[in-house]
Amino acid sequence: MFKREPLLAFAVGLLFAIGLAISGMTQPAKVVGFFDFHEGLQSWDPSLALVMGGGVLVYLPVYRWVNKRGTPLYADALRLPTKNRIDLRLLGGAVLFGIGWGLGGFCPGPALTSVGALSWKALVMVAGMAAGMWLEQVIAARVAKS
Amino acid sequence: MHNFTPIPSLIGGVLIGVASAILLATHGRIAGISGIAGGALRYPTHERSWRLWFLAGLLVGGLALGSAFPELFVNSIERSIPALVVAGLLVGVGTQLGNGCTSGHGICGLSRFSPRSFAAVFTFMAVAAGTVAVVNAVFGGSI
Repeated sequence: MFKREPLLAFAVGLLFAIGLAISGMTQPAKVVGFFDFHEGLQSWDPSLALVMGGGVLVYLPVYRWVNKRGTPLYADALRLPTKNRIDLRLLGGAVLFGIGWGLGGFCPGPALTSVGALSWKALVMVAGMAAGMWLEQVIAARVAKS
Repeated sequence: MHNFTPIPSLIGGVLIGVASAILLATHGRIAGISGIAGGALRYPTHERSWRLWFLAGLLVGGLALGSAFPELFVNSIERSIPALVVAGLLVGVGTQLGNGCTSGHGICGLSRFSPRSFAAVFTFMAVAAGTVAVVNAVFGGSI
């Protein structure tokens, strides 16, 4: 599409990794800590809420501006999700993701960034993740055909 | 709340927001990591190229940060290899089925006031909390 596209996508990925690492989300103990109430509020680490809050704080106004403008700066159209039904597929997927997230302590972004940082635990989890993504896509394609 | 790191977490979150906002403003794309990774696996088309570049940015960022600040990548939770494989499989299948993870549904979806994203975030947060509770209560925090 654009010559500048690869460079921009790379830079955005780089910035995303920096944000994740500074936020603490590449340390699974901080993610698990957000869900850990086994000693009540004592063991709770609310950091994750501030990571998401900080992200929304910036993203929300920019989204409003881009949406009002109607087109992005360097591409011909916005590619936003169009589905709006809350169905079993969405909720079932969220349940499976929630179990995996709590079990492994990594969601996809921090997992991939940690693979870059040569974490073998993240690599094991990302291998499972890639296999899971591939499996879902193969099954979804079969179901769509039949 | 002795492990709470409000300032770095807020700054990190803002940077993630800036990165996601740049992708939206310039290319009109949602910065959902599971969507980008899933799309990169899907079809060998020209749509794949920007996704691979984005993922390369994440990996190179991790490599650079990991060598300069290894303390940012400390993994102190006790998880066995089988647990990590199962966790990965569930995250992989779940994010493809549910069309997103913490970034796409969390930051982008909540900002867009998407009802689907609100439902997804509430669900995966509640289930993750339940999972951690089970790991703590049944397995003593190590699985």
